[in-house]
Amino acid sequence: MKNATGAARSPFSSGRGINSLNNRLFTAFVWSASAAMVLFILALLYLILQKGLPTLTWDFILGLPSEIEEGGGIGPALFNSFYMLLISLFIAVPLGMAAGIYLAEFAPDNKLIGFVRICVEGLASVPSIIFGLFGIALFVEMFQIGLTILGGAVSLAFLNLPVMTRVTEESIRAVPGELKQASFALGATHLQTIRRVLVPSAINGLVTGICLIAGRAFGESAVIILTAGVTTSGEMWDFNLLSPGETLAVHLWYVQSEAIVPDAVSISDKAAAVLVFVILLFNVLFRIPLWIKERRSR
Amino acid sequence: MQLDTSARPSIAGPNASELGGSIKAGSGKSFDRKNRLLFYNRFFKLACIASAVFVCLILFGILFLMFRTGVLTFRDVSPMTFFFSTDWTPEDDRYGAFVFIFGTFALTLLTLLISVPLSVVIAVFLAEVAPTWLRNLLRPVLDLLVGIPSVVYGFLGLTILIPLLRDITGTNMGDGILAAAIVLTIMVLPTISRVSDDAISAVPRKYRDASYALGATRFQTIFKVTIPAARSGILYGVILGMARAIGETMAVVMVIGNTPQLADALFKPTSVLTSNIVMQIANVPFDSTWNNALYMMGFLLLVISLLMIVLVRLLQRKGAHS
Repeated sequence: MKNATGAARSPFSSGRGINSLNNRLFTAFVWSASAAMVLFILALLYLILQKGLPTLTWDFILGLPSEIEEGGGIGPALFNSFYMLLISLFIAVPLGMAAGIYLAEFAPDNKLIGFVRICVEGLASVPSIIFGLFGIALFVEMFQIGLTILGGAVSLAFLNLPVMTRVTEESIRAVPGELKQASFALGATHLQTIRRVLVPSAINGLVTGICLIAGRAFGESAVIILTAGVTTSGEMWDFNLLSPGETLAVHLWYVQSEAIVPDAVSISDKAAAVLVFVILLFNVLFRIPLWIKERRSR
Repeated sequence: MQLDTSARPSIAGPNASELGGSIKAGSGKSFDRKNRLLFYNRFFKLACIASAVFVCLILFGILFLMFRTGVLTFRDVSPMTFFFSTDWTPEDDRYGAFVFIFGTFALTLLTLLISVPLSVVIAVFLAEVAPTWLRNLLRPVLDLLVGIPSVVYGFLGLTILIPLLRDITGTNMGDGILAAAIVLTIMVLPTISRVSDDAISAVPRKYRDASYALGATRFQTIFKVTIPAARSGILYGVILGMARAIGETMAVVMVIGNTPQLADALFKPTSVLTSNIVMQIANVPFDSTWNNALYMMGFLLLVISLLMIVLVRLLQRKGAHS
């Protein structure tokens, strides 16, 4: 009798046995571990924003930093962040896109180009501090201009150049071949095809890439400490390329570990919140139009 | 053809009898539309080639400058001392970098020990377990986390993690490679799990179907079929995470303690290659041995990160063969 009921139960039925127990435990484990990790990281970010944002004032955002007294702002550092970001993007985006377009469109498929690709990939994985050392050797030693906004921005551009190149190459390659052939069939030249067909079709990937390197340039600190220094010129709206260029990310580190101001904790809380907020803003501002566009074209 | 030439009698000469069409024939001026387009095309291509060459030049410029400056160290310090001595007191001309090299490797290893299992679990969750809506929500969030500046993670480590570790250990010690490894784990987790997630999602459906058809549970399928099939992609993610962990500077500087002593305990202020460079480079004159030794340490980092790229390439080639 016992045997009969045992046989009657289908071998495919689940619900008992060590395997299905394992399966359930595993599912539960994966769910809880992932949820815990993701919630943990998001909680950290929330904590940063929640600690800093409510106490933010315009006086702090635009104010001058102070070395010894309370109540210093982050104005020049924040301005330098955006200023250097813009300069580095002006250098990195056109050069990176041109190099990426060459690799995707013009380059013959041979060993030399394979080597160039490895170079680009290798450069993309070089630690940022190496770009800082390179910047010192190049700008401080060779050109003797000291720690400047210019040196920092160019070093940042070097850091981001290979990333932009790779992103461009990948997005241009992902454009369907039919679009390109259709453009050629209409009599367009290669340049016209790239400008009017390939780049507009790949714009999604390109914008994501620019967003990525903008975030990286905005938050990068090791390169800036080495090439642009840890001080600002102490004035707001200082467009001089040769002034020292401490950025917000560097200021966060500096205030937290080197400075002697009594309200260092509050300054760094607020500076961190501004930093994270701007990075999130970049992502949202850049990507939302793309999402909308994608929704529409669907 | 006849019609073509008669319609535009202004185009006389040898060109007119050849193929029609405004671009091919041209209008006779020296810089007409055809020549202009050709010129732009050629110029654009040259500009693109120049940019690609420029990117390569940067890499070689970096390699050359780092090596040239770094190798000067060995005028004053023997390579044996530099690589194997643990005595780093540059004030007394003793340059042993073993502490930092060891620290970098120990920190990377510890980071991977914590982050790889967690990341693979998250990747499995994203690719296999999570419902679609959650997956579509979490993937952009993880991509977003990759972009959070490292100094913010360092700040979090300094203000939250280290006091926490002090409470747990009950001593004054919080700084050290454990704190740095935890901070780095949070930083590389999104990278490794997103790359692994893509690798697992790319495993062909038929493998899973075949496994389920044999009566395997999801647990068995994932461990015996999906993960082995996505092995090389997961390894790629791990190497990317490793490269980031080795090269990370600011997050590490803020929590590791910055003391040149050997990292033989979890809670002990120590130092790694990157943190030592960034803390000391600003205070030394460019032509000193001290500075050269720092550049040599940078060159080591550079070589390690380039070796990892070669490793990734080999992996990809192997993946393409099988």
